[in-house]
Amino acid sequence: MAPDAKSCRHWRLEQDSDGIAWLTFDRAGRSANSMSRETLEELADLLVEVSRRQSAGLVIRSGKESGFIAGADVNEFTGLTGTDQALTLIERGQTILGQIEALTIPTLALIHGFCLGGGLELALACRYRIATDAPATRLGFPEVKLGIHPGFGGTVHLTRLVGPLAALDMILTGRSIDARRARAIGLADYTVPERHLENAARAMIRHSPSPATPGFVRSLPGMWFMRLLFAAYLRRKIAKRADENHYPAPFAVIDLWERFGGDPTGMLAEEARSVARLITGSSARNLIRVFLLQERLKSIGRQGSSVPRHVHVVGGGTMGGDIAAWCAMQGLRVTVQDIDHQRLAGVVARGARLFRHNLRDPRRVEAALDRLIPDLRGDGLPRADVVIEAIVEDVAAKQELFRQIEPRLKPDAFIATNTSSIPIEELAGTLARPDRLVGLHFFNPVPKMELVEVVRGTASAPETVARATAFAGAIGRLPLPVSSSPGFLVNRILMPYLLEAVIMEAEGIPAAAIDRAAVEFGMPMGPLLLADTVGLDICLAVAGILAARFGTEVPQRLAALVSVGHLGKKSGRGFYTYAGDKPVVSEKNEKGPARNELEERLVLRLLNEALACLREKVVTDGDLLDAGVVFGTGFAPFRGGPLHHIRNEGIGRLHERLKRLEERYGERFAPDAGWQELLLEEKESP
Amino acid sequence: MSRTEAYKSGRPVYIVDGNRTPFLKARGVPGPFSAADLAVAAGRALLLRQPFEANELDEVILGCIIPGPDEANIARVVSLRLGCGKSVPAWTVQRNCGSGMQAIDAAAMDIAHGRSDLVLAGGTEAMSHAPVLLNNAMVNLLGEWSHAGTTWKRLRLISRLRPPHFRPVIGLIHGLTDPIVGLSMGQTAEELAHRFRISRERMDAFALESHRRLAGAQDGGKLTEISPIYDTDGTFFDHDEGVRRDTDMAGLARLKPAFDRPFGMVTAGNSAQITDGAAWLLLASASAVERHKLPVLGRIVDCQWVGVEPGQMGLGPVHAMAPIMNRQGLATGEIDFLEINEAFAAQVLACLEAWQSPEYCRDELGLDAPFAPIDPERLNVDGGAVAIGHPVGTSGARIVLHLLHVLQRHDGRRGMASLCIGGGQGGAMLIERVEGVHHGT
Repeated sequence: MAPDAKSCRHWRLEQDSDGIAWLTFDRAGRSANSMSRETLEELADLLVEVSRRQSAGLVIRSGKESGFIAGADVNEFTGLTGTDQALTLIERGQTILGQIEALTIPTLALIHGFCLGGGLELALACRYRIATDAPATRLGFPEVKLGIHPGFGGTVHLTRLVGPLAALDMILTGRSIDARRARAIGLADYTVPERHLENAARAMIRHSPSPATPGFVRSLPGMWFMRLLFAAYLRRKIAKRADENHYPAPFAVIDLWERFGGDPTGMLAEEARSVARLITGSSARNLIRVFLLQERLKSIGRQGSSVPRHVHVVGGGTMGGDIAAWCAMQGLRVTVQDIDHQRLAGVVARGARLFRHNLRDPRRVEAALDRLIPDLRGDGLPRADVVIEAIVEDVAAKQELFRQIEPRLKPDAFIATNTSSIPIEELAGTLARPDRLVGLHFFNPVPKMELVEVVRGTASAPETVARATAFAGAIGRLPLPVSSSPGFLVNRILMPYLLEAVIMEAEGIPAAAIDRAAVEFGMPMGPLLLADTVGLDICLAVAGILAARFGTEVPQRLAALVSVGHLGKKSGRGFYTYAGDKPVVSEKNEKGPARNELEERLVLRLLNEALACLREKVVTDGDLLDAGVVFGTGFAPFRGGPLHHIRNEGIGRLHERLKRLEERYGERFAPDAGWQELLLEEKESP
Repeated sequence: MSRTEAYKSGRPVYIVDGNRTPFLKARGVPGPFSAADLAVAAGRALLLRQPFEANELDEVILGCIIPGPDEANIARVVSLRLGCGKSVPAWTVQRNCGSGMQAIDAAAMDIAHGRSDLVLAGGTEAMSHAPVLLNNAMVNLLGEWSHAGTTWKRLRLISRLRPPHFRPVIGLIHGLTDPIVGLSMGQTAEELAHRFRISRERMDAFALESHRRLAGAQDGGKLTEISPIYDTDGTFFDHDEGVRRDTDMAGLARLKPAFDRPFGMVTAGNSAQITDGAAWLLLASASAVERHKLPVLGRIVDCQWVGVEPGQMGLGPVHAMAPIMNRQGLATGEIDFLEINEAFAAQVLACLEAWQSPEYCRDELGLDAPFAPIDPERLNVDGGAVAIGHPVGTSGARIVLHLLHVLQRHDGRRGMASLCIGGGQGGAMLIERVEGVHHGT
């Protein structure tokens, strides 16, 4: 190491012959950089050192292959107890990044891979930013997804650098942008191939041009009268997608900008206070919990060995086709088998749309299409490392298929069935080697739904389960290990909630009122609209399977609709009538029971079933249950999952309400035995 | 070792599998697939069903005349897209209409000489994608434009623009015109019709029969050499589109001459169709057959390339087949099935005439006696390019592939595939089915 090199645990400071200081962030013990209290304090010391040395310039970069900085260390958020503590911490972060800004020498962030959240704020504190032009480069502020917003000056600096419109778009949506977009909006001064990164940084420090500005037109919406107009517009737009009570963060951003958009110092101070308020609120706490649950599922998917190279999907319907296209987009070679040419053609067409939308670059689209191979004759079977069965939900048909394909498989290939309700054991019986069968239950639409239930049959070999789990992780999905009980976790928990909605609708409560109650609770879509979207015939079939096992009742109304051909969206009519893809809802405010009661009936049945699943050990612990229900059903993420919700709302209180509903509506509300354990827990805790 | 020697005493060359796309009619605008797309579609289906991985190929050889501007050395583009990996070398061959067969011959040579064991060879062409180019006057103007420094100079250049600057050069028309003698391919067919006194009725009858045979083969499910291909807009193609089931003699007679107006006889109806398509064969040495337990469809016995008068290019097959027959000591009757590419009905009919003409065989081929006539029932039994189409770089591979299927279906032994080649050449390949090298199924 050169004599003027200084190193500490997470950072490395070197000075080159041009007098440029290179500060490399390489967080100890982690594969990706994230900003913790400790790393920030080290940075503060090093920045003092940099200003003391009077270097020609400062380049901040990452020593990790994975990227620049993935954001703040979310685990540290959970330890915050009060607003004051949070505020102190945030202000300290602002001060440290302010040290970079205060340097008189040119400063530059050299960005590759992820540059998110706090990482982007650090980059914004520099005078210049240069990013690699690779597809892996992503810059963004995902904070709103955690119920907060940037707090280390990000809202101030980004608005000032790229103008309010582009800045607010990034902050409010949480969407990250690629290098090309970053260059276009002025967030990156240059985007260059990796081979030029260092040269570009040196040249930029040497020439030290004046810092980028958004220019007059882009700054225009920041004038005070324009701010008022735009803020009102943005509030309306956000309110369409998110309830302020559930998701206060985006509204806080708009308030912040509207009030302080013309006053950087004021905005910085208020930014810290705003984040301190948000981060200690329940929405952020729960969203952070959901984020950590997601990380846990991701880590489950990372455990594991060999990643398959060739996937063979049998069944070119919506599910099979979308699973196939998804796998091809993730870089695997995929054959899709179906006896119907037209269906295979549909798979290619949908795949092409997916690729064009996600990959953009025509070369990458072409490569993905080349990997997605329609396979009428099943030539891909003997090559496949994984065979995914996604044919019609019929035991006999699946058994017959397994009989046909098993002799053609590689000895070490495993079979995954995408059944949503048939126990694995029933299907495994026809296999000569039942140990190689596992369930991989994807959700529709595959590209949007991250969760995959990995279903362990009694005969499934642990090795098979492990490989299926690793496979789900490798294709960028969240694997949730579940046992092979009917409906597995997600559909099992969803079904009583759906059926309760059907019962209420049959009682004469307007469908729209029922759905509204669910949406206001925080579900992404009302239960009846969901049923219509899935298809009432499919709901009836799954409900039947669950009813047969658990002795529950399937409301007559569902069978009645199916028998007259009202199957939901696909037939143009179900609980709603459809004009095109949209349900026709009369604006008349039809009188129904109080929203609270509707919500209670829907949600308590869901929660009750969740406790039954936990008691039966469908998943191994409550956190996995919460994760599964949030990612599988979209269950109000700001509530942190059903079990978390029960604890937040009061176990005893909800149990009482359930008992009241039981008295009024009968056995289907009878509290599951699982409540007892929770009640005990509540009694024991102070 | 000469080519002839290599086939005779080199290592045997086996054809173990093959596959092609359906041939798609060009409809005046670029079709849904580029030449590389077609080759990838046919190739990946073929490789998928092999017991070896794509990177175990020794090389990929592809014939193609008009690859797109982004398809330089199209064989390499296709090879990489097929997942053969960086290590498998790939090269493109051009011998005009003989390119597909040339690719097979080149692969066979490498196997015979012991340089390769397992080769993917074939042809591809997207004739509908043939380039439309700027003419020279326009190119020159654009060249001046890039050097014109001032707005004034540029304005003066613009003022020089005239309608002729915008007249495009249609690549396809130029490609199908002999650059030496200036005749279009259709005009060379007119020459042959004149020389051998072939009537319009005979041409049309031949064309009609080509369509009838193709329709019969399609209905009988005989074209198992085709794998369907899928467009990204949700359509699929599973059969040769050129077939015209509704055509008849009266309809054909109504067509105007396409090349020599108004008195010519060669029409769009009795010529090969402008088509997009790709075809592949998989060639293997005995050791590759053994190592991967490959099924053997047949063996390449001999191959001949010849030059003929450019204006008489249609007679190329006669000149290419004759030396093979003599070398192998074969009589016409010992060839079980023949494929002579139907560039033009008149051209194939002229070949049949020349083959059995004592004068032609004596004067042009230097033979004492003519060959016995070729039985039309053994020639192009499932129709030819008049109905199927003639993607120029592909046809040579298609006829060899199809011949193998015909031999298998009829339990025949020897087959001859031959084609005429624009510019005045002919190519022919003798194949035979093999007993006793059967591995696998």
